[in-house]
Amino acid sequence: MTAVRCVDLCKTYRQGDQDIKALDHVSVEIEEGGFVCLSAPSGGGKTTLLNAIGGLDIPDSGEVWVAEQRIDQMSKGELADLRLANIGFVFQAYNLIPVLTAQENVEFVMQVQGVPATQRREQSLAILEEVGLQGLEDRRPAEMSGGQQQRVAVARAIVSRPALVLADEPTANLDSKTADELMALFTELNRHHNTTFILATHDQRVMRYAKRLIRMLDGRIVDDIEQDAA
Amino acid sequence: MRMLPVLTRLAWRYLWRNHRRTIIMLSAISIGAWAMMFMTALSRGMVDQMILDGISVLPGHVQVHNPQYLDDPSVSNRILLGENELADRFASLGFKAWASRVKVPAVISSEYESRGVTLLGIDPMAEREFSFVSYDEVEGRFLESAEDTGIVIGRKLADKLDTELGKRVVLMSQDPENEIADRGFRVVGLFTANMPAFEETFVFISRKAAQKMLRIGDATIEVVFLGDDYRDVEPTYERVVAAVDGTLKVSRWHEIDTYLGTMLKVMDGFVLVWVVVIFLALSFGLVNTLVMAVFERVREIGLMLALGMKPASILGQIIIESMLLLAVGLAIGDALTYATVQPLQDGIDVSVVAEGMNMWGAPSVLYPKLYLYDVVLANVVVLILGFLASLSPAWRASRYEPVEAITKVG
Repeated sequence: MTAVRCVDLCKTYRQGDQDIKALDHVSVEIEEGGFVCLSAPSGGGKTTLLNAIGGLDIPDSGEVWVAEQRIDQMSKGELADLRLANIGFVFQAYNLIPVLTAQENVEFVMQVQGVPATQRREQSLAILEEVGLQGLEDRRPAEMSGGQQQRVAVARAIVSRPALVLADEPTANLDSKTADELMALFTELNRHHNTTFILATHDQRVMRYAKRLIRMLDGRIVDDIEQDAA
Repeated sequence: MRMLPVLTRLAWRYLWRNHRRTIIMLSAISIGAWAMMFMTALSRGMVDQMILDGISVLPGHVQVHNPQYLDDPSVSNRILLGENELADRFASLGFKAWASRVKVPAVISSEYESRGVTLLGIDPMAEREFSFVSYDEVEGRFLESAEDTGIVIGRKLADKLDTELGKRVVLMSQDPENEIADRGFRVVGLFTANMPAFEETFVFISRKAAQKMLRIGDATIEVVFLGDDYRDVEPTYERVVAAVDGTLKVSRWHEIDTYLGTMLKVMDGFVLVWVVVIFLALSFGLVNTLVMAVFERVREIGLMLALGMKPASILGQIIIESMLLLAVGLAIGDALTYATVQPLQDGIDVSVVAEGMNMWGAPSVLYPKLYLYDVVLANVVVLILGFLASLSPAWRASRYEPVEAITKVG
């Protein structure tokens, strides 16, 4: 079954007097349970593609399908519902809500989903332990290192077991040991829960974990290869 | 409703993210709320006192007259019921106080001067609740019974007439046959009043003496009644109406004294205008605070939207933040108002400017009156206007595109 399908996506940004083609007739299909890395130099279009798949950015043309629903024509409210129910996000920076503690940040999505408090608490504590943050539940983002914050963001993205996780440079602020632990966690979720992962990254270590590597350049897919994951 | 706890938590935490700004804004709201309620309490106290003084001058809460009396206040339009009949009708109805009196225009003359006055023929015991004269502070003595033969006049009138205690004056009016009705009285008391004009306008003789002088038997001119609350005279009015069977004219105090009645209505309007004016000043700070609060967390709003929070929830979050800010500010303002009004219950002496204030009927001691109605009005109006003022920044926050908000720099 197809988790994500993009058909002939185009997206152009205006920067000063110049039009920048962030996506140039991109078509791609990702099966459920896929573990895909989008790799591109800066400005190559990987973040734009990730945002289009997550319904955060609307392409100028083309179609985006997620969980068998066409999302590029959805309203803001419908997109919010789709993201809430199906997609976990890890952004490169500014990932956490600064006025909430680590545990509250992890619980945030579940709270919006309406998960009962007891269940929220159990799941959030378990996932924080899983990402190695036990004992830091009551810390606010400002009291944590960049790596710890990123792990909280990952915990929040996966705690409600979404069908699809979109991560933009998830290991950017992590040391290699923590990055490996995080990727191991992603791999495990991918294997055992059939969660689809799409990661935009420069990081060669991350690419090693992917089953499929899509390289982009100037808004186009230039390479799309299956590989043996680490 | 499911989102309310999380939105409230976020709003509260964001409120205290910038302590200094929040405390400054809370101070402004608290002081503004205090100012609007304290000033209202002062004004209410002053108007209440003016109305109470005004009512105590004569009107009571409800009056009964001959139906023609209000158009032609002469002795011809008197109430033809005797004292016993009046007592039969009203004494058992449980009024706080009631009294019948003779009240006609008259001329008072000493050996040197004459002046036009309002002659009041009263039963001093029954009239005590309605009188602006403090009996114990009268120089000489006040009237002692409904049969007293003396006269009590104001100190200023005595000066004008060039008369004094113990001297005789002559009162002159008309009887029901339009004949001159006059009689000499010895001055037994000189009274002072808050309003200098009262000292020159009113003279008191006993009811019996007035009836005898005017040759009206035991008829009277008006009957006055005091209920429990001048703001709610309807129960008293209805009881009196039922007792007079439509044969006499029954009037509420604000129908008799339209100036005071209007003043009360103007005061209600003034309170609302005052609250709105203060709020308008506050609203600039409130909107500025909210705009800044939204502006400094654009990325976080984008993040929340990206994670699946709906725009309506963002709107709700900002509005809740505004409401929390106002609620806390108002609570402090309410407490501050209570704390400052309570110690002033014994009155604020404004006698330094009393003469000027007396000229328009205001008391020289102000007793601030903090009514629950005014506190609720101020709080509700501020919350409603605050809600409206916060709509614009909240709407802007909810309209952000997640991806643009997340990537916003600075």
